[in-house]
Amino acid sequence: MLPISASKRGKLLAAGYTSLHSISRASASQLATDIEVSQDEACEILKYASQTSALDPSIGNSNTSNLYGGQTAWTMLNEEKFSTRITTSCVDLDNILGGGITCKEVTELGGVPGIGKTQIGIQLAVNVQIPLEYGGLGGKAIYIDTEGSFMVERVLQIAEACIEDMSEYSNHFHNNVQDCEVKMHPNSILENIFYFRVCSYTEQIALVNYLDKFIEEHKDVKMIIIDSVTFHFRQDFEDMALRTRLLNEMALKLMKLARKFCLAVVLLNQVTTKYIEGSYQLTLALGDSWSHSCTNRIILF
Amino acid sequence: MANKLIKQMGLPNSIANIFTARNIITAKDALSLTEFELMEQLDVGMAEVKSAMAHISEVVCPPCQTALLLMEQRVRDERSAGHLPTRLRGLDEALCGGLPFGVVTELVGPAGIGKTQFCLKLSLLASLPANCGGLDGRVIYIDVESKFSSRRLIQIGIENFPEIFLKKGMAQEMAGRIVILRPTSLSEFTESLHHVQVSLLQKQVKLLIIDSMAALVLGEHDCGASRQQVLGWHVSFIKSLAEFSRIPIVVTNQVRSQTGDEPLTFSFQARSHSIKKEDRASYDSHLVAALGINWAHAVTIRLVLEARSGQRFIKLAKSPISPPLAFPFNITSSGLVLLDDDGIEMKGSEINTIHCQGQKALFNSEW
Repeated sequence: MLPISASKRGKLLAAGYTSLHSISRASASQLATDIEVSQDEACEILKYASQTSALDPSIGNSNTSNLYGGQTAWTMLNEEKFSTRITTSCVDLDNILGGGITCKEVTELGGVPGIGKTQIGIQLAVNVQIPLEYGGLGGKAIYIDTEGSFMVERVLQIAEACIEDMSEYSNHFHNNVQDCEVKMHPNSILENIFYFRVCSYTEQIALVNYLDKFIEEHKDVKMIIIDSVTFHFRQDFEDMALRTRLLNEMALKLMKLARKFCLAVVLLNQVTTKYIEGSYQLTLALGDSWSHSCTNRIILF
Repeated sequence: MANKLIKQMGLPNSIANIFTARNIITAKDALSLTEFELMEQLDVGMAEVKSAMAHISEVVCPPCQTALLLMEQRVRDERSAGHLPTRLRGLDEALCGGLPFGVVTELVGPAGIGKTQFCLKLSLLASLPANCGGLDGRVIYIDVESKFSSRRLIQIGIENFPEIFLKKGMAQEMAGRIVILRPTSLSEFTESLHHVQVSLLQKQVKLLIIDSMAALVLGEHDCGASRQQVLGWHVSFIKSLAEFSRIPIVVTNQVRSQTGDEPLTFSFQARSHSIKKEDRASYDSHLVAALGINWAHAVTIRLVLEARSGQRFIKLAKSPISPPLAFPFNITSSGLVLLDDDGIEMKGSEINTIHCQGQKALFNSEW
């Protein structure tokens, strides 16, 4: 599948270029005359064709040890072993997650109303800022609020508690009084949380698109929290097929962001009822195809 | 934001014209299509689609703030970020000051427990002048079940604030600040909401009470699924109304009995049910809040009122800033009165359950 416009594709087919192989064998000038486009456009088509064929092993590429964009499992194992995780401040939850929330992955948290999803979201936004000396990532957080449940007073409480925890920790491990001083102030924790209030699904999609540029400018962001990813997609959506397509695209973009910038994406989800095996049961919202979108899924109950 | 026109966004003319030619006029139209679909429809390459979408997204996306900025705004502008104190000390402390502005608070409980009494007291508190702890503003009370009693309102006023209410003309002024709407159907309610939106901007409305939300919907449809869809628009509208006008909105909800013996659970919980059944030694009726789980997600604060062993409790079932506490209360001539300001901490799912035990006790109220 080449990322070019439909009319160009039509011209290629009409001129007899039905496979990537046939395109890559032609020269730029030949292509230009055959399908009546400019020399530059022909070069671009050739470039796309060669990029696409590099990923396809059936086009007899000789040296496949380093495929475009691939990594060996061994390098990945080393990466996973030494990557720092973001603690959730709950030992049991951290144990289930293998140490905490992992970067480069999308984690979904779902549960009934009032169970504590927003609380974990706020906790993570604070915990990602724990400095490297205390075992954290020392990064900033982006909090995308779709429901209006982000209460600053609560964030302040959690930030103050986190600082208290850190000074207790340093009290245990350092005998020198000077070392114990935690150089963080609750206000600096608040300053490192970027807050976006989203009021419709259009804004939500636009924001996910914009995050690429935003994080380029703020490279120390290590956590994106969306609370909740469901809300705007549940009210008022008549076309379910469109909803599935948009959600899938959003999920792919988020995964790409997680991998590209090496950060953690946490999505908070709501629950809905579903008729399974003769009775109504609770299940996470947004449907079955969404359930494949995330790497990790945690249900709070 | 979503309805912003693409041609006004500063895109290069060539691509902007293509968008218009294919009937993609607003940002919402463009963002409702995936990039692949756009490429097909506009007949341009992926790179151009990506850069055009990046530009549109940047224009449409909400502004960035930091949590620190929000905090400073709160501190500076009490008006936009304050609370409506309920005069119930324990509850106000748990809620960090009272019912917060800009969010929807829900009161749910069985019939006769005191929801309307609480609403009457809140509407009074909002209309009081600032030096008595009120909001000094108007109140819009949407009374669906015709339960509003002005006589009771004045009685509560006299009992709690005798120095104001016994003064000449003050009772009239305070009561005059409360506007009561009585829609009889969902469509009338929708219309009143639009009118409310207009008056919020023009007049000094400080509180909106909807008593009750469930009555509107339950009368219209009998099928479970369509009921939730019907409310979908109202939920978002009420929430956005609260946020943009920075007022508290209080909504009351009814209860209904649970279908079946067990509460709704996840599929993996089904196996441990045999253990749970033994715990249920009580013979209370199993009640759940009406309006479904979608509504339960949408409200920000949920106060559950219930009666257990003849004692009424008000519980903080859902709140982003408070621990799960239950306060025993009584209804007296001065409205709701807490018996214990410290509250009892509830563990697990107890905070969400609604009991209606001791029916006789409910009707023995002193007023």
